[in-house]
Amino acid sequence: MDYHTPASFDEAVSLATSASGITRFLAGGTDVLVQLRADIVTPDTLIDIKHIPGVRDITQNADGSWTIGVAAPGAEMSEHPQLGQDWPGVVEGMDLIGSTQVQGRATLVGNLCNASPAADSVPAMVAAGATVTVTGPDGTRTVAVEDIPTAPGRTSLAKGEMISAVNLPARGENAGDAYLRFIPRTEMDIAVVGCGVNLRLDGDTIVEARVSLGAVAPTVLLVQECADAIIGTTLDEAALDKLAEAASAACNPITDKRGTIKFRTHVAGVLAKRTAQIAYDRAKGASK
Amino acid sequence: MTRKTHVTATVNGDTVEYLCDPRETLLDVLRDRLNLTGAKEGCGTGDCGACSVTLDGRLVCSCLVLGVEAEGKQIETVEGLSDGDILHPLQQKFIEHAALQCGVCTPGVLVAAKSLLEKNPDPTETEVRYWLAGNLCRCTGYDKIIRAVMDTAADLREAS
Repeated sequence: MDYHTPASFDEAVSLATSASGITRFLAGGTDVLVQLRADIVTPDTLIDIKHIPGVRDITQNADGSWTIGVAAPGAEMSEHPQLGQDWPGVVEGMDLIGSTQVQGRATLVGNLCNASPAADSVPAMVAAGATVTVTGPDGTRTVAVEDIPTAPGRTSLAKGEMISAVNLPARGENAGDAYLRFIPRTEMDIAVVGCGVNLRLDGDTIVEARVSLGAVAPTVLLVQECADAIIGTTLDEAALDKLAEAASAACNPITDKRGTIKFRTHVAGVLAKRTAQIAYDRAKGASK
Repeated sequence: MTRKTHVTATVNGDTVEYLCDPRETLLDVLRDRLNLTGAKEGCGTGDCGACSVTLDGRLVCSCLVLGVEAEGKQIETVEGLSDGDILHPLQQKFIEHAALQCGVCTPGVLVAAKSLLEKNPDPTETEVRYWLAGNLCRCTGYDKIIRAVMDTAADLREAS
């Protein structure tokens, strides 16, 4: 295994493009090292991206949007004084992953590129309307987070391409986001179902919404029918019931040791209601 | 045969140099090259916390860090807790509360607890339990561990 520490994304892309065999990018290593240790994936080329300037930075841009570096660990997102004010759902989704020790290393982009349907930060990013900057041999492009995973463990990134930043939109007024997951214990577990909701109000009425579901399909889902169920409403009982129905209808889960198809389908509806309520209360100005 | 990499790092305040294969974890390096056997290998996959150390002040599992990644970094292990023969207050309290049985998890728990108290000198019991959720104890000694950490925190607050 060759270990590289490029000083720029261009250098990293050039290393990845010319490498033969299996290439992995190393940021927090909380998936890459586990796979290495378990002999699941032993890369021929390991490209440590943490020496690229700025990769640990969490920056608010002049227009209010956020740029999160590809090696910024979850702990630094949680400790950031403003990020959680704007995007509490995204910060909470990331914070739910693993232990304190894992939080010291794990990153949003690692969680995204590991491409698990149960990744906690991904539904939160999808609901938030986050995009990623993809750098490759042909330059850079911007891709919606929901377009990165294509199947469990697979992404739409081509050989030589890598994610070089995460972009969160400006929060704006009268808006809030939230992420909830169901696990049978309180900590250190993998989502049975996850749900992200991001919405904006005009008065008491929802005018924009994005609803995402995790762990109920081969990839994280952005569910337009869920958004349609609550847009134009004040999130009354009828709207919440329609939301739950749409969430359950969107599920295409598997049965495994964490939950059955029937259970996941039901829980998706319940979680969608609870998550939407939190996002709604936050948009109304409840403490984040 | 992979080329070995020369690494210079600071461990418990001392500059150390070692040659390591890129596949070796920081835990392998600490135990097998630097003879610091306090950090333990429990699971090797970041689940149990027995290998906890701090890397530039940040609590991590050393089994999920490569030895080559430590270049230029500051590492603190359980060996750095005591001042010679004078135990760290956490170590003293763990003895008083009998907060260990077999002791395999203890180095990781101590490093993690120290990291918590540096960040939060007055944690609630819930905060201690969540912070230490990634440190597994298979002797089921959690209550005593939590009490020892809470008691240490109280003493340190009084002393400061």
